[in-house]
Amino acid sequence: MSELDLNRIDNMQYDVLREIGNIGAGNATTALSQMINSKVSMNVPKVELLEFKELSDIVGGAERIVVGILFTLEGDIDGMMMFMMDKEASKHLVDILLGNLQSSEIVDGDDFSEMGLSALNEIGNIISGAYLSSLSSLTNLTITPSIPYMAIDMAGAILSVPAIEFGKIGDKALLIETEFGDKDNSVNGYFILIPSLQSYSAILKSLGL
Amino acid sequence: MNNTIKVGMADANVCKPPDMITTLGLGSCVGIVLYDPVKKIAGLVHVMLPDSTKIMNNSNKYKFADTGIDTLIQDMINIGAIRKNLVSKIAGGAQMFSFSNNLEMMRIGERNVEATKDKLKQLGIPILAEDTGANYGRTIEFYTETGLLHIKSVGKELKIL
Repeated sequence: MSELDLNRIDNMQYDVLREIGNIGAGNATTALSQMINSKVSMNVPKVELLEFKELSDIVGGAERIVVGILFTLEGDIDGMMMFMMDKEASKHLVDILLGNLQSSEIVDGDDFSEMGLSALNEIGNIISGAYLSSLSSLTNLTITPSIPYMAIDMAGAILSVPAIEFGKIGDKALLIETEFGDKDNSVNGYFILIPSLQSYSAILKSLGL
Repeated sequence: MNNTIKVGMADANVCKPPDMITTLGLGSCVGIVLYDPVKKIAGLVHVMLPDSTKIMNNSNKYKFADTGIDTLIQDMINIGAIRKNLVSKIAGGAQMFSFSNNLEMMRIGERNVEATKDKLKQLGIPILAEDTGANYGRTIEFYTETGLLHIKSVGKELKIL
């Protein structure tokens, strides 16, 4: 199997990767939508080959404060999956799910209660699971996600973690990114799938390319 | 007119008064400021990985602590800095996620800081201040006029080093 050359991806390959983002994020958005009982829509996925210095621009700037939930992936497809939301949107989401349970337990100065944080992790689990299982059944490849790892911080700092993994193999990162949001955009964020280079080849091969 | 010079991930730049040089959202990466206090020339490199010799694809010198510092020194000398005047301030190298199953990934911030310190020591460049490690991101701003490094983090007070 030929290694995928990051700098020479053809349009056909881009289209396929975009479609993967479409199917994965479509399922994840549906899962989220059911969870909050409100319509959530998504944008057309972007498949982008980025230099590291451009990376944080995709989520609206390096200093934007976000909740990032990261999964490391193992199996036929390895790499990372990141679910990223604005901090305000995450609070709103936790409020929808927990109602008054959340606000009554918050200690002054904290953004989330223990239960709120745990709910966020679980949300991450469910919707990333929906994304990955649809990708897995489409390609017939196994993907085993880790437990969720969460950080609430500047987007640039959070994205440095997957960026460093890509840094080990090249000077650019290829990622499949989908933005989602509900009708008044109070719950919005990003799914970012960051397969390893070998996994891109595996995905394309499984689909006959 | 003061300009702000931005440095991205795996990137570097140099700066003269009255300008300020900054890098936003340092996570496990390390931001290394080199400064010639006599000429007031500063340089900032945002490195992602400790060691260029361990990685096959290393065409971008600024990606690594070792080659990043070497290249930045040259960039600074090119605009008039004097090698023996150089001092440094460093920040970053956080552990953003507490990975339980991957030790190598977990220690990347720490290893970046170690490699940076080793390299600076080897070059005889003193480290005047550092704010490294822990588990949060940092935005750093270096002012060429004062030689001060401002460090901003989410939910924390401004640190001035």
